[in-house]
Amino acid sequence: MAVITCRDAVVRALDEEMARDEDVIFFGEDVGKAGGVFKVTPGLYEKYGERRVRDTPISENAIVGAGVGAAVTGMRPVIELMFADFAAVTLDQIVNQAAKLRYMSGGQIQVPLTIRMAQGSAGGFGSQHSQCCESWFMHAPGLKVCVPGTPADILGLLKSAVRDDNPVIFLEHKGQYAERGEVPDHAGHLVPLGEARVVREGGDVTIVAVQRMVGVALKAADSLAEQGVECEVIDPRTLVPLDMETIARSVEKTGHLVTVEEAVRAGGWGAEVVSQITENNIWSLEGPVVRVTLGAGIIPFSQPLEEHLLPGPEDVVAAVQRTLEG
Amino acid sequence: MSTSLGAAVRHKMLTNMLLVRHTEERIQELFLENVIRGTTHLCIGQEAVSVAMAEVVDAARGDTVTCTYRGHGHALALGMSLESMMAEMMGKVSGCSKGKGGSMHLADLGVGLLGTFAVVGAGLPVTNGAALTAQMRGNGAISISIFGDGTPNIGAWHEAVNLAAVWKLPAVFLCENNRYGEYTPYDDTAPVPNVADRAAAYGIPSAIVDGQDAEAVYPVLLEAADRARAGDGPTLVEALTYRYRGHSRSDPATYRPEGELERWMERDPIDILAGRMQADGQLTAAEFEALREQQRAEVQRVTEWAMNEPWPALEETLEDIWVPSGDGAAVGEGS
Repeated sequence: MAVITCRDAVVRALDEEMARDEDVIFFGEDVGKAGGVFKVTPGLYEKYGERRVRDTPISENAIVGAGVGAAVTGMRPVIELMFADFAAVTLDQIVNQAAKLRYMSGGQIQVPLTIRMAQGSAGGFGSQHSQCCESWFMHAPGLKVCVPGTPADILGLLKSAVRDDNPVIFLEHKGQYAERGEVPDHAGHLVPLGEARVVREGGDVTIVAVQRMVGVALKAADSLAEQGVECEVIDPRTLVPLDMETIARSVEKTGHLVTVEEAVRAGGWGAEVVSQITENNIWSLEGPVVRVTLGAGIIPFSQPLEEHLLPGPEDVVAAVQRTLEG
Repeated sequence: MSTSLGAAVRHKMLTNMLLVRHTEERIQELFLENVIRGTTHLCIGQEAVSVAMAEVVDAARGDTVTCTYRGHGHALALGMSLESMMAEMMGKVSGCSKGKGGSMHLADLGVGLLGTFAVVGAGLPVTNGAALTAQMRGNGAISISIFGDGTPNIGAWHEAVNLAAVWKLPAVFLCENNRYGEYTPYDDTAPVPNVADRAAAYGIPSAIVDGQDAEAVYPVLLEAADRARAGDGPTLVEALTYRYRGHSRSDPATYRPEGELERWMERDPIDILAGRMQADGQLTAAEFEALREQQRAEVQRVTEWAMNEPWPALEETLEDIWVPSGDGAAVGEGS
């Protein structure tokens, strides 16, 4: 096992898949010669050349459309939209085209396209460069949605996403790029989409979180453990498909559910998890389900305001106490 | 300038124009009879562009086409079967998209039709991707994107033309300028007199052609296709044409000045080619009428067949959303 950063995991996954399959091409703004604005793709341009690794104009519609068209005609493109917020510029190509072409063509078409983007708060990026956008894409059947939060999961899921014959939205948390973790040394590390990971086992409360909120949940779990409350922390890793089986099994054991999102409350993935548990496992619940979110907030620039809005361990501790109190 | 094509090609173009004309006239009737639901966008009057375009496309080589919701003519000209189209119009399981697409979402990969895109401007970026595949594979294929005169006012058009020019993609951008973007005249929404004028901003060649004359459109498209295949990048071709009907099913087109439709109908694309073939001794008046009758009868036969085709099974409703993926990924089934 080697210890690498999330940043390293992105470029390693792309490198391994480009080496394995010459139909894999990669393009986006500044991803080639510059190695990416977040420095997550250095060396690919030099190794695979200007035909397979391309810098594009600042044209999100053109980038995604070219990805869709190339995928439909047999390539396996990976494209980068830099900030996930910019997906709004090209929502038609993602939601109306990539997601629906297969269905509308009666299954003739397949779109093996991976759309990478960096989301989440990284401190001071303001309202249009800090959002967690995963819920936008969960509402478009036809898209898979990955939200990995460790180097091993980024490596294994990105490789699986590239090999998937469906369009995959691959969201990396830009605040986690420097985080480190162990990854297998061999080139065959794949994480299947749709399998949650139990990050910490516990019998009292189930906490579901992704990306940076997993760390927040673990800190809360540590402090709750000092009070004798054992939390089970689950990271779904992908939101479409969503491994409700693992979550439901845990809730049946603990009787309590808390979700932690770095995102808006209404229509978030937490609401979906909670809804499914109440639909299918309500008799397992021994207290109210509690969602920790940004509420109806917009990420502010000012440091104290941004830190105030983002969920912290104390918010999770309070949520756990609330569900336990009934 | 028109180039005289061989008798066989002319005959094929004429036959396909008649097929498109009678198919669309029948589609309009079927809408009024409530056999076809939703909406439709007819290209009656614009058939010359469809048949000329189809003549430069070779699906076997990998050529591809994206077009708009006004796509019945392109689909039929490319070789989609009338059965496949008519059944799709009615939402029947034997339609090209198993009834899931409808009039606005025709697709037939076998003839190179990636799709008739129902969002204005959505087809051009996708054509770029198909052209990128051709460029990567070096197989000499091209991709043609067909759009209306309203499309160059949407951002995706500019992003796509720019990228195609920068990457020298083997693409052809074909505008059917029928003078109206939905209900509004071209001149009220565009700051330049011609769509082709926009090419200058991207440093690509352009041409304006008589879109009523298939033999005028064909050589210009062929030159654009040759340029694309040679690695010299995209061309913008503007075909001046006219739709005899309104924008869509619900539009009686009362916004058109008196006499405009009649003036255009005097230059009907079918009559122009048929007249020229008759003048060249390739077609008699009787043969022309027989050909027309043959197409009308074929449309009627296929319409009746399609009306009797089964609906898709209800179990099909949620099929075809996902590709069951093997290699390393679980099948997505939503959540």
